[in-house]
Amino acid sequence: MRKKKTRKKQDWAGLLFILPSLAGVAVFTLIPFADVIRRSFTAAVTGMWVGFTNYRTVFANTAFRLAASNTLRFTLVCLPLLIAVSLALAVLLQNLIFGKNLLKSICLMPMAVPAASVVLVWKVLFHRHGLINALLEKAGLGQIGWMETGCAFAVLVVSYLWKNLGYDMILWLAGLAGIPTEIYEAARVDGAGDWKCFLLITLPNLKSSLYTITVLSFLNSFKVFREAWLVAGDYPHQSMYLLQHLYSNWFRDLAFDKIAAAAVTTAGIVFVLIMLLQRMWEQE
Amino acid sequence: MRTIVLRGGSHMTAADKGQAKRNRKGQAGVKKKILNIMITVLLGFPAAVMVFPVLFAFSGVFMSGYELKQYLGPVLAGAEGMARWPLVPHIPTLSPLVELLIDSPQFFVMFWNSVKLTLSILAGQLLVGVPAAWGLARFSFPGRKLLYTLYLVLMLMPFQVLMLPQYIVLERLSLLDTHAGIILPAVFSTFPVFIMYRFFHGIPEAILEAARIDGAGNLRIFLMIGIPLGSAGIVSAMILGFLEYWNMIEQPMTYLKTRAQWPLSLFLPEIGLDEAGTGFTAAVMMLIPALLVFLGGQDYLEQGIAAAAVKE
Repeated sequence: MRKKKTRKKQDWAGLLFILPSLAGVAVFTLIPFADVIRRSFTAAVTGMWVGFTNYRTVFANTAFRLAASNTLRFTLVCLPLLIAVSLALAVLLQNLIFGKNLLKSICLMPMAVPAASVVLVWKVLFHRHGLINALLEKAGLGQIGWMETGCAFAVLVVSYLWKNLGYDMILWLAGLAGIPTEIYEAARVDGAGDWKCFLLITLPNLKSSLYTITVLSFLNSFKVFREAWLVAGDYPHQSMYLLQHLYSNWFRDLAFDKIAAAAVTTAGIVFVLIMLLQRMWEQE
Repeated sequence: MRTIVLRGGSHMTAADKGQAKRNRKGQAGVKKKILNIMITVLLGFPAAVMVFPVLFAFSGVFMSGYELKQYLGPVLAGAEGMARWPLVPHIPTLSPLVELLIDSPQFFVMFWNSVKLTLSILAGQLLVGVPAAWGLARFSFPGRKLLYTLYLVLMLMPFQVLMLPQYIVLERLSLLDTHAGIILPAVFSTFPVFIMYRFFHGIPEAILEAARIDGAGNLRIFLMIGIPLGSAGIVSAMILGFLEYWNMIEQPMTYLKTRAQWPLSLFLPEIGLDEAGTGFTAAVMMLIPALLVFLGGQDYLEQGIAAAAVKE
């Protein structure tokens, strides 16, 4: 009873701590975003109310359809791949006797490497006469036009995996560390092998981590634009033309009505995802 | 003779049984150890692939223009054949480095721009974000949950969503094409608040209670207890922030028009393959601060990443 009273006394002081931050967030994000929602329903030039016209224009736009389907394809290919590979790495790495820390550092390092620092490397690697094709040629497999064909998509996938493997691995390792060792010991006594332990103990216990990791990886996937833009510029091969390219090109053309509608749509999708994540957390 | 028969048969003494068991266990242990080491060796291959791009960039720094042209001719100048890349230069030289440092004043300007932007953003985040994280983590006022959710949602919004809203404000405040226009929105990013929140949240209430009984006020508790005990979280947020803003591309690309304002991340891609020597050197100059921060703060970095994975 007494405790409740002391806590209540300090209640509003907390808001004072947050106020400067909240004021900035309001000025730089909340208020202008509300304005963007308004703009998404008005014409760019006249400012007249046009209802859902902007949204309809966006969804009917062929560039938008291409970019949206590429982004969706990228997400559907990359997320499962990244999540599975990083989980495998984390499980293998977890019990290593030698080299655990070195391997962890190496996997995490690409996260620290600025995208701009490896543009040149990427260009030399994936050029038609570049190093990867040189290797393929030696192996008698011929050349691949990495940046000029649908393979550009593969370059994007590789960049994303390279950058994010370590990050996801750390998230998995945190999840793995949260599983009590007693469960494993009990299972061993009952005669369960490594594989059985993994399927019946590790995987079920990582369910809540899986959701967090999926959402964080999805949001990090937006940043692959950096690599894509640095390597291939504003108009890359159409297989790697993402929503991010489209938005920044619309921005340059000052097509604010279209961006407004597209930004509100994207925000809506991200918002729903996050709410689902929170629901998950609360159910635990 | 007789003893041997006995040992081979079922009449083992208790001591013998123990010995045998230990042997078997020892063997299994060795097997496990060998398997373990094999995994290390196996993981070495992907690890080598992962560091390759960085080694590549570093080795390019010590190559003369002549050597670069020889190896990368097919890529750079459309020469016959395929590119090659020996990771160790034939005749190591520092000439590209000297050239970059002496002949390109642009490089210094942009390097300084990157430093200025990154450090200003981090300083601002410390000033605004640390108290906000404390307020969210240690007080229970009405609407706290809503604020928490708001900060979480904003943290996870991609830049493409915030691009237009921020542009509108920056235009209003006539901050477009200025460094302040890049710094201010980033200062109010909710990401560091969220990371630090996680660490502040973990401080035991009993410590704060004790300070309160001793008559310490809210500000005093925050400064004398909160900041020292949450310092790991603050450092984590700063390291994650450094890596993010040192690598910042979207914001300067969208809001900065004047070249003299650009950070290195926009300058580097402009260096074409024909100036590969300068390109590699500039790339490595940009890479070094990030790598140093990474190596120095890897533990904090890992803690910061993991902080997002642990549920509320």
